[in-house]
Amino acid sequence: MSFSLTKDKRGVVVVGVDGQLIVGNRQDLKQQVLDALEGGGRKFVIDFTKTGYIDSSGLGVLVSLSKKIREQGGDLRLCGLNEDLQTLFELTKLDTLFAIAKTPAEALAAF
Amino acid sequence: MATPLHLDVRRWPAGGETAIELSLNVPSDMEYVGPAVEMIAEQLPRGSLSPRRIRFNFRTALAEALANAIAYGNHHDPARLVRVLVEISPAAVRLHVTDEGDGFDPFGVPDPTLPERLEREDGRGLFVLRSLVDSVAFNDKGNSVCLTLRAG
Repeated sequence: MSFSLTKDKRGVVVVGVDGQLIVGNRQDLKQQVLDALEGGGRKFVIDFTKTGYIDSSGLGVLVSLSKKIREQGGDLRLCGLNEDLQTLFELTKLDTLFAIAKTPAEALAAF
Repeated sequence: MATPLHLDVRRWPAGGETAIELSLNVPSDMEYVGPAVEMIAEQLPRGSLSPRRIRFNFRTALAEALANAIAYGNHHDPARLVRVLVEISPAAVRLHVTDEGDGFDPFGVPDPTLPERLEREDGRGLFVLRSLVDSVAFNDKGNSVCLTLRAG
């Protein structure tokens, strides 16, 4: 499991989550995104295209990051959720808290 | 990472089929949650649960139960273990996750989808667990949970 951070030409930080986002690695993701926020990044996309599963602490870290990014005047969008992950967001009502796009391209185009 | 995880696998005939039991002791450190989940999920035989339910429901539920046991049961004490027992029969997969803590009251957990709780970072574990499996049952003490996923 690993995370990849890339910045597109317009400065949007795209974070890929490979494998899972769970209690064992969520702090790593949080730190990487906070470092990018500290470094001036304001627009963030987290791409779950390659993600197998997310546990409740993974969901919690997304909630926390979303708040911190908004506090800095930024915006966080999610994309690439498979059907099961989409259902998880709907059941927990977190789909009402996040802007969720189908694909990374859609998420980027929305900024 | 050198792992102290050792999976014990037992198989025996049961009514023309093979029943399987997997057991694993996990030290109370969150670092082991991911590796323990993979170690067990990889041993699930084909035909018990669909690949999709193994990939998502089983893995997420086990990660969730382990994290709860490590954090709230064993309070991250590395000297305490979480015991995982998985019973696989043709009808269902049953996951027992037991910690060495004093137990808790599963009915005392507030609904994390209430508007005033939606932006909280924690408190979704049990809710997520209940949505992933067919049944969630605690023992009387509250330190052992049995998660059932019916075959299919």
